Amino acid sequence: MTALSRQKIGGVLARQGILIAFVVFMVGFAMANQRFIAVDNVFGVIRSSAILGVMALGVTFVVIGGNLDLSVGSMMSFSTIVVLDLHDKVGPALAIPLMFAMTLALGAFIGFLVGYLKLNSLIVTLGMLSAIHGLTLTWSGGKNMDIADKEGTWFAIFGQSSALGIPMPILIFALLAVVLSVLLSKTPFGRKVYAVGGNGTAATFSGIPRARVVFMTYVLSAFCVATAGLMQASRSMGSQNTVGQGLELEVLAAVILGGASLLGGSGTVFKTVIGVLILGFIQNGLLLVGLEFYVQYVVTWVIIILAVWLDIAAKRGRLWSPIA
Amino acid sequence: MTSQTRKDLFKQGAIWAFIAAELVFFSVAGEFLSVSDKAFMDFDNMLLLLKQSAPIGIIAVGMTVIMINGNIDLSVGATFALSAIVLLDSMTWPVFAGLGDWVIPVSWLLALLTGCVLGAINGLIVWKTGVDAFIVTLGSMLGYRGLVFMYNGEQPTSNLNWTLVDFAEAQVLSLHTATWFLLVVTLLIWLLMTKTVHGRNAYGIGNNREAAVNAGIRVGPHFLWNFILIGFLAALSAVVFYSESGSVNPNDGMLYELWAITAVVLGGTKLSGGYGSIISTLGGVIAIQLLRKGLGHIGADTETVNLVIGLILIAVLFLDRQLNRKGKEELKI
Repeated sequence: MTALSRQKIGGVLARQGILIAFVVFMVGFAMANQRFIAVDNVFGVIRSSAILGVMALGVTFVVIGGNLDLSVGSMMSFSTIVVLDLHDKVGPALAIPLMFAMTLALGAFIGFLVGYLKLNSLIVTLGMLSAIHGLTLTWSGGKNMDIADKEGTWFAIFGQSSALGIPMPILIFALLAVVLSVLLSKTPFGRKVYAVGGNGTAATFSGIPRARVVFMTYVLSAFCVATAGLMQASRSMGSQNTVGQGLELEVLAAVILGGASLLGGSGTVFKTVIGVLILGFIQNGLLLVGLEFYVQYVVTWVIIILAVWLDIAAKRGRLWSPIA
Repeated sequence: MTSQTRKDLFKQGAIWAFIAAELVFFSVAGEFLSVSDKAFMDFDNMLLLLKQSAPIGIIAVGMTVIMINGNIDLSVGATFALSAIVLLDSMTWPVFAGLGDWVIPVSWLLALLTGCVLGAINGLIVWKTGVDAFIVTLGSMLGYRGLVFMYNGEQPTSNLNWTLVDFAEAQVLSLHTATWFLLVVTLLIWLLMTKTVHGRNAYGIGNNREAAVNAGIRVGPHFLWNFILIGFLAALSAVVFYSESGSVNPNDGMLYELWAITAVVLGGTKLSGGYGSIISTLGGVIAIQLLRKGLGHIGADTETVNLVIGLILIAVLFLDRQLNRKGKEELKI
């Protein structure tokens, strides 16, 4: 085998590493436990990953655009609490659009700060994490929110029903993934997001309205968060104020696992979905072989580091970093 | 005095001016709104405030060093929790049964060592793989938290040692033990960053890594030492806090990284690296704690604290950008 072809194989391994790891992982667990690939188990895993997944779809756009979003977890708590509260006050048909409007307004505010005022996205969304949490607590007075009449409402369809034998959360996740994948890879807007994240200065000089594109990625992310909040509220019909706490970093882990670079300009919706599924199946696989839920944290840690390391090692052509 | 140093002085003074404004505001507003009959600027109240600032403050000082480097550490909360567990649990190990109260320094050492090792793991990965510190520590934030849970399941780890509690609650020159730790750490790290080669290198690397490499600074080991330092400080923070409380939940320390980063940014340190001051970080920590206490004092809901701190953080970022607009580098759109 010549050096060239070996390098090529190495390149393919590194580029598609996440997919290959996923397959190896699935086969391994399936051999260890037959139940792992039973249809109901697979559906169960995707269903429970769907909320995280929907949020990750939006964050993918933000990250490709070269920014971060740490506020999605606390924003999700906000939309869950708001929609549950409004449900009993104005009815579900009005509560849902109102909640979407408010969440989108928050996303637009962040988009304005990061896009038009060009403030650092890490700090802005860190601030908003805290601010939105405060907003949620003020709204609810710190109390849990519950729908009073759980039987007499159609609100449960987003989280608990199923169509064509497929649970609704999976359908929503899949539909959103397809739509956003087309938006990102087939439309001018998608190309602009890549351009802005890849090289903002060059994008500006080519006449791409950088501020507006960044603004739109945050609005899109807020839309996904609102959808996730709706699914969460509908699934549990009641919620604590901290339901989304910590999710922002898990979402980011899924996006990074999918291979999106934090520097922006790379990543796809499909790969993010793979990242989400890997996290979900790891959790499930470890539980099925009888390990406690927290073992997945350690496994996730190792996988994230390995995935990103192999990715950049392939790009620079050597395994170890050149840092002196 | 050049305009540059004047600007620096202005920026370093800004956080203290903010603290003064908070003090005045809460004292005046407290006269009309307060639910308690005590004045806000009460001496004991201020002493308590310093003591309560210590756990986040000690971590924030370390975070400043990391951020001056242009890195970030999201795993400090988990490091804090794991060190706390080692501290409390090791005191009950049968090996140390014969030591009596001499077990305390041994446990302290073990806890601090845990912090150093966890920091070193982060530092080694950053150095050797070249993966961005944000991702490395995001991963280890999850991983270390997993280790915390694996140690004792979902049970709290408790062990109250009265000698230790007496030590932690002692007041020397009316300052609490925790406050002394915070002040000494701040002083030492300030000396490190302003008077030593290591500190000068830290600013140099954060400012322009390429240039630092060309100047012969070994960036990798430098990062490693700084990550060991913040691991040590996260453990020290745990040692100071849990010596008194004596019980640690597996979820303790969550979001500490975000509080620490907030304090550091309020203190004016740049995320991009190369600029920042340890003393201003102390100011940032005190400002946040004042805000918490002050809002409670004037009878605002504790919930509003999160809202106010978040908005202040964004406002500081905005003002900082407006004051520092360079013009020539900025692209007009």
